[in-house]
Amino acid sequence: MSALTATEAVSDSLTMIRRSLRHTVRNPDTLLMAVVLPVLLMLLFVYVFGGAIETGTDYVNYVVPGIILLCTGYGAAATAVDVAGDMTEGIIDRFRSLPILGSAVLTGHVVASVARNAFSTALVVGVAWLCGFRPTAGPAEWAAVGGMLLLFMLAMSWLSVALGLLARSVEAASGFTFFVLFLPYLSSAFVPTGTMPAVLRAVADHQPVTPIIETLRGLLLGTPVGSSGWLAVAWCGGLLAISVALSSALFRRRTSR
Amino acid sequence: MTGDATVWTEGLAKSYGGRPVLDRVDLAVERGEVLALLGPNGAGKTTTVRILATLVPPDAGRATVAGWDVVRDAARVRTAISLTGQSAAVDEMLTAEENLLMIGRLRHLPAAEARRRAGELLDRLDLAADARRRVKTYSGGLRRKVDLAMSLVGRPEVLFLDEPTTGLDPRSRQAVWDLVRGLVDDGVTILLTTQYLEEADRLADRIAVLDGGRVLATGTGDELKRGIGDEQVELVLADPADVPRAAGLLGAVRGDRAARTVRVATDGSAAYVREVLDRLEVAGVEVATLSLHRPTLDDVFLALTGAGGSTAAGREPAGAAR
Repeated sequence: MSALTATEAVSDSLTMIRRSLRHTVRNPDTLLMAVVLPVLLMLLFVYVFGGAIETGTDYVNYVVPGIILLCTGYGAAATAVDVAGDMTEGIIDRFRSLPILGSAVLTGHVVASVARNAFSTALVVGVAWLCGFRPTAGPAEWAAVGGMLLLFMLAMSWLSVALGLLARSVEAASGFTFFVLFLPYLSSAFVPTGTMPAVLRAVADHQPVTPIIETLRGLLLGTPVGSSGWLAVAWCGGLLAISVALSSALFRRRTSR
Repeated sequence: MTGDATVWTEGLAKSYGGRPVLDRVDLAVERGEVLALLGPNGAGKTTTVRILATLVPPDAGRATVAGWDVVRDAARVRTAISLTGQSAAVDEMLTAEENLLMIGRLRHLPAAEARRRAGELLDRLDLAADARRRVKTYSGGLRRKVDLAMSLVGRPEVLFLDEPTTGLDPRSRQAVWDLVRGLVDDGVTILLTTQYLEEADRLADRIAVLDGGRVLATGTGDELKRGIGDEQVELVLADPADVPRAAGLLGAVRGDRAARTVRVATDGSAAYVREVLDRLEVAGVEVATLSLHRPTLDDVFLALTGAGGSTAAGREPAGAAR
């Protein structure tokens, strides 16, 4: 059996990663989302909304994790569109008729998505710093923030891959991601949940974004993390596992017809 | 037993949603041969190619490519084949050169070899001048060339071309034809699908006529034509009302009142044509023009599929006289 060697499998994945990164850099929409949007959102929240929101701390310090998550959502949404594009065009047939690792094309999209998100995140932190963001985190906390964000980005990227595979068209894929983009608003990302009506508050406190936000905020600013840390890891880990499983099942189904 | 054929199928069947698309297809393509699968839309051409290219498994029957079973040894089959599908399988965001290099890497060629091969193909397909433009900006003809070049990077033993010239202008079509002929000289085994009879006739060593998921006939173009008789003379009558009478009188192959035409099988001799004209004159049927036809694949196709009518395009008169 001419099974792929490990070297070939890695080489296939690297080739696909390179392809997806090229797509990112060459697509003006994606680039705009990855570069302009983070800056714009940061300025919008800090200078337009921030003055009116009472959080007990400088709003810029409060809002940074929320902006990062929001940008990750947008970045991941682009992934769903890219995956849907690949699946509806002839290129997937070419890849599948080549003696390569079948999942390499998905790996390529995920890695490019995480790279895009990491770039946006760095940009957000940089702009925030200029706006007066002064976290108290030391190296260990920053490492933990990095790990948490990486897990979140991986989960979101694989979820987007699954959504992209589920969608029958590129348009549908971009529609699917709307819900994902909406979640951060219904959390403690931008306003403390304490001011929300009881029903909304119950939703906000128990959806995945809130523990992630609280964890990041705690690590960055030294506020209590409590059980949020484990909850955040569990949510992201669970979402990641489900998304990867769903993606491989969908990929098999989409490519066996 | 799979025989020695490079591409071989037996009893291939496939249905989608209960609707049979392939109904026991048997094919054999010998090494270095070009076989054209000729048929209308929905005949099952693309499904056949997709099964052979390991993209979908058949519901029943067996197929081998380069000696390997397309289901059990799919990975091995993939090392031997390339597919140029109906929708151009190129990455639009990349340049032609990047597309070729990407395929080279995915074929696990050493970097230097991938680069050399890409350069060679860009030259051979006359793409060098456009090599560094993104494929997105290409015309349909150029895009198809890149698509074909991508299929050739790995020096495949077997090439599947699914409607390689559909949607191309005549010049681009000619370019693709020239390229395919060049590949034949290299000894590549080719299975191509087409709706164009002319294309099948020009490119293929043998033609398999496919309709409704079944192979209706297989043979060389000449063999298929021979099946429906020799030369024909087509008479255009002055008065459409004469068509039935003339057809009866001459034992015509076909009469078409709307077109005022009657077709008669002949041996191609001048004496026979003179006799036909004499008989019509005696009967008082006025002939406006006449032309001689060699049977084309259109005729074969229409005869086999029973599509009837005589309006198929592309007939070329072998000779014409007034």
